Amino acid sequence: MKPAKFDYIAPSTVDLAIEALVASNGEGKVLAGGQSLLPLLNFRMARPSILVDLNRIEGLSYIEDREDRIAIGALTRHRDLEHSPLVAARLPVMSAAMRHVAHLAIRNRGTIGGSLSHADPAAELPMLAMFYDASIAVRGPKGLRTIAAEDFFVDALTNCLEPDEIVVEVEFPVLDHDGWAFEEVARRFGDFALASIALSVRRTETKLEGARIAVMGVADTPLRLREAEQELVALPLDAQLPERFSEIVASKVSPNDDLHASGEYRTHLLKQLSKRALRTALEAGERTA
Amino acid sequence: MIAISLKVNGQRHDVPDVEPRMLLSDLLRDRLGLTGTHVGCEHGVCGACTILVNGDSVRSCLMLAVQVDGADILTVEGLGSPEDLNVLQSQFREHHGLQCGYCTPGMLMTGEDMLRKYPLATDEDIREGLSGNLCRCTGYQNIVAAIRSAAALRSERKS
Repeated sequence: MKPAKFDYIAPSTVDLAIEALVASNGEGKVLAGGQSLLPLLNFRMARPSILVDLNRIEGLSYIEDREDRIAIGALTRHRDLEHSPLVAARLPVMSAAMRHVAHLAIRNRGTIGGSLSHADPAAELPMLAMFYDASIAVRGPKGLRTIAAEDFFVDALTNCLEPDEIVVEVEFPVLDHDGWAFEEVARRFGDFALASIALSVRRTETKLEGARIAVMGVADTPLRLREAEQELVALPLDAQLPERFSEIVASKVSPNDDLHASGEYRTHLLKQLSKRALRTALEAGERTA
Repeated sequence: MIAISLKVNGQRHDVPDVEPRMLLSDLLRDRLGLTGTHVGCEHGVCGACTILVNGDSVRSCLMLAVQVDGADILTVEGLGSPEDLNVLQSQFREHHGLQCGYCTPGMLMTGEDMLRKYPLATDEDIREGLSGNLCRCTGYQNIVAAIRSAAALRSERKS
């Protein structure tokens, strides 16, 4: 369980990091927190020619208030998001989800840029990027481009980054909502989700006016369920709503069987979590409405 | 080969010839002779190799030795000595928080990080903090009790 040989460089700027990636002809790998990459190296599932370590680059770790958006530097650690009062106040769904991201020692190292680049379909930050409609700023030899989260995730562990591109910043719009919830089931607290839902609603006393739903653990990428959002808002706000909502959500996914759970079980979990999430979001909404 | 210089348990080490692929856990054990840090799974699941790097608990099998150039590291050897256990270590002994001892260095270093940074108001907080460390002997109850007791002693001293 030792990595195969590679070269190592820890450049001081993003430009130098991109240069090193270009020079590696697609054989190089970016090292951020390393909490997904190091296991892959130890198992020799990844055998890069060179590791480009971003940790010596100044100015990539920040959480910045831009009024209607919160900007997060790519090297911001999970722990910083978990404990940030700004994230708690402006991105409460993210704040609630962060304690589910792996374990203490992993949150001390893992970064948002790394999590998005790794694109695990059962990881919280890719799902939150989908939920919030985040825009992901990426730099490469051709300069800066911004990618919508929905275009970013392509397949399990696959995104649209070129081999010489680096995520530098992620912007999350601040949402207007009256109630929200984040629910997740994992085999052990902090493990990858078997199923999870993030939900927010806008409402009056008598009806729903808007909804936003993202799920994970039930497909090859996290999913934003736009159809389910519309169907939920069209339903009457009554005691049967959570039950009916859970059926809508379950009808939108068809997870495969794998080592960790059958597809049927994941769907069952998602259904129960959907019910619970909507109840929580509606209760919170009632207090503010 | 890359030259690095780091502080471990207060002592400075200069290592002139580190291969980039050398894991931090192997640097500590094989090059510096600090075998208190245990290696379990080597892919970040078991938590046995947890140490503090610049005050934060990390898994030393998920960092490269070349990454800690200039860092300040604390391993289990730096907590206390057999004659002079630190508060957390003495509470592990008091509460039978270990049996075979394999996971213990990781449990102690995770516990140390938790005690230094977090209020640990409830057992739930302690259990959540420990969720990344596996123990196959104790069933965790006595480990939680040891950390709870160390947290209580800590707040007594502060007040």
